[in-house]
Amino acid sequence: MALLEVKNLKKYFYGPKGAVHAVDDVTMSIDAGQTMGVVGESGCGKSTLGRTIIHLQKATGGQVLFNGKDITNPTKEELKRLRSDIQIIFQDPYSSLNPRMTVEDTIREPLLISGRCNKSNVDAETERLMDMVGIARRIKMSYPHELDGGRRQRVGIARALALNPKFIVCDEPVSALDVSIQAQILNLLMDLQEDQGLAYMFITHNMSVVRHISHNISVMYLGQLVETSPTKELFEEPLHPYTKALLSAIPSTDILHPRKRIVLNGEITSPIDPPPGCRFADRCAYATEACRQPQKLEEVKPGHFVACCRLGEIHDEI
Amino acid sequence: MEKKENRFLVLAKRMSRNTNAMIGLTIFVVLVLSIIIVPLVSPYDYSKMDVTALHQAPSAAHWFGTDDLGRDIFTRVFYGGRYSLSISIAAVAFSTVIGLFLGATAGYFGGTYDTLVMRSLDIIQAIPSILLTIIISAALGVGIDKTIIAISIGTIPSNVRLLRGTVMQTRENQYLEAAEAIGCSTPRRILKYVIPNSWSPLIVSATMGIAKMILELAALSYIGLGVPASIPEWGSMLSNARGFLRDYPYMLIFPGIFIALSVLSLNMIGDGLRDALDPKLKD
Repeated sequence: MALLEVKNLKKYFYGPKGAVHAVDDVTMSIDAGQTMGVVGESGCGKSTLGRTIIHLQKATGGQVLFNGKDITNPTKEELKRLRSDIQIIFQDPYSSLNPRMTVEDTIREPLLISGRCNKSNVDAETERLMDMVGIARRIKMSYPHELDGGRRQRVGIARALALNPKFIVCDEPVSALDVSIQAQILNLLMDLQEDQGLAYMFITHNMSVVRHISHNISVMYLGQLVETSPTKELFEEPLHPYTKALLSAIPSTDILHPRKRIVLNGEITSPIDPPPGCRFADRCAYATEACRQPQKLEEVKPGHFVACCRLGEIHDEI
Repeated sequence: MEKKENRFLVLAKRMSRNTNAMIGLTIFVVLVLSIIIVPLVSPYDYSKMDVTALHQAPSAAHWFGTDDLGRDIFTRVFYGGRYSLSISIAAVAFSTVIGLFLGATAGYFGGTYDTLVMRSLDIIQAIPSILLTIIISAALGVGIDKTIIAISIGTIPSNVRLLRGTVMQTRENQYLEAAEAIGCSTPRRILKYVIPNSWSPLIVSATMGIAKMILELAALSYIGLGVPASIPEWGSMLSNARGFLRDYPYMLIFPGIFIALSVLSLNMIGDGLRDALDPKLKD
């Protein structure tokens, strides 16, 4: 059974101009110990998806199941348990730590709030967590502004790990860091996954990062899930026209066989009260009338789902 | 707890390195001590009239001279300081606490509650502050506690607005989402995450506010409302001196110097406190 299942999850933001369909009908499942990469361009709803799953935002519709239990509308008790099972690591290590709290305070906070530790053993546990994420004990009285981005992100990771979660939403955890630090943090996340059997939802727009860390990848476009597949298969054989365009944008290092770029035309459709059907249709070279109908996510191969009705016809054109 | 002490020590250490703050603190401490001690050791009583010594210039017997009823100004200034300072500080504290509560909640929750709070404050702000103070004071009557309420209500709206603005900025930070994700309750989020990151301007404004309160208090005393007329509060001494400004300026100068000194020292302390509270400054 999957650790986390998302079924037809919807999140709309209601504004004066209409409802923004930030997440629309997203379905996916993540197994224990696995990493699901979520990719897509800015504003496609990947962060909103993560926030809705961990209940920082209330879902408009659909279901989130954790260990088979519906956690979409948790009671106070359930929410408390949920907070220790599901955690989040944020993109910006500069704004995700309280500037008035020392490293030690930040890590202690979840331990004390949840009641996992009391005053007598909280110091030992704090030090254990600091060792685990590789922060030197001497900086425990430092304030966040005294640390560099990588160390700050480690503090953020220690805070998320403090409650012993089984599932962590990583919301672009490395995109604000420079490249050498990125690799350190990615390796740390992968080591932690191995040691503790963590499952990640790894939100990013960096294709090489997601390829490195993910077991499965979901591609989102304007709130909709267009394709989900095991990582290797997605990179070798992308099926949805948007995924193909996205992957073609990765610079090739092979001089003899430069990748053929698929250049998209047109603008992103407005996410405010969009018409039914494939959101990508306006920019898709293969779009027909059938694309204006709601698309179903269909399993074309084991574990490989695509939402495109033209799949059979365009398969060989590229 | 050991840690709280540490943090207080760090704050004190940072303050002690700030020359201006230490000068301000020294002036203020000396002022407060003399306000307590001088009336106790002075040979004169603050309310004792002496018709043989009206309008005396400063001399060895009367260091600051005497007023129009022959009372010793030196004694009156220090005795009156007890009232001026404590009433002003109490009024600022009252207005700041209300401002903290309303500003933090309005800025944090937003929505209908915010609109309700802010529009109610608009009503208060629409009335000229001195008029509002007079109306409230007249309605409540004479008395120190009533005066505190009367002069502080007019300053609540600006405090709320000040804090609400910074709270709305602070609220956007991801550490609030992180706090929610680790199960931190809303009151704790406001107290531990929002307010400490938003209140620096309010602390500075509170120290400046004491000056404003001293003047409001003076205005109120001048028209016979507020504290009972028998109390030689600095403001009422100033008001009283205005009639004799041309001939006996020292009646006005001495209370004026004390108002200026206390305002100046409090401002210096406030500035130092703001700097010391800012963790981004280097140790």
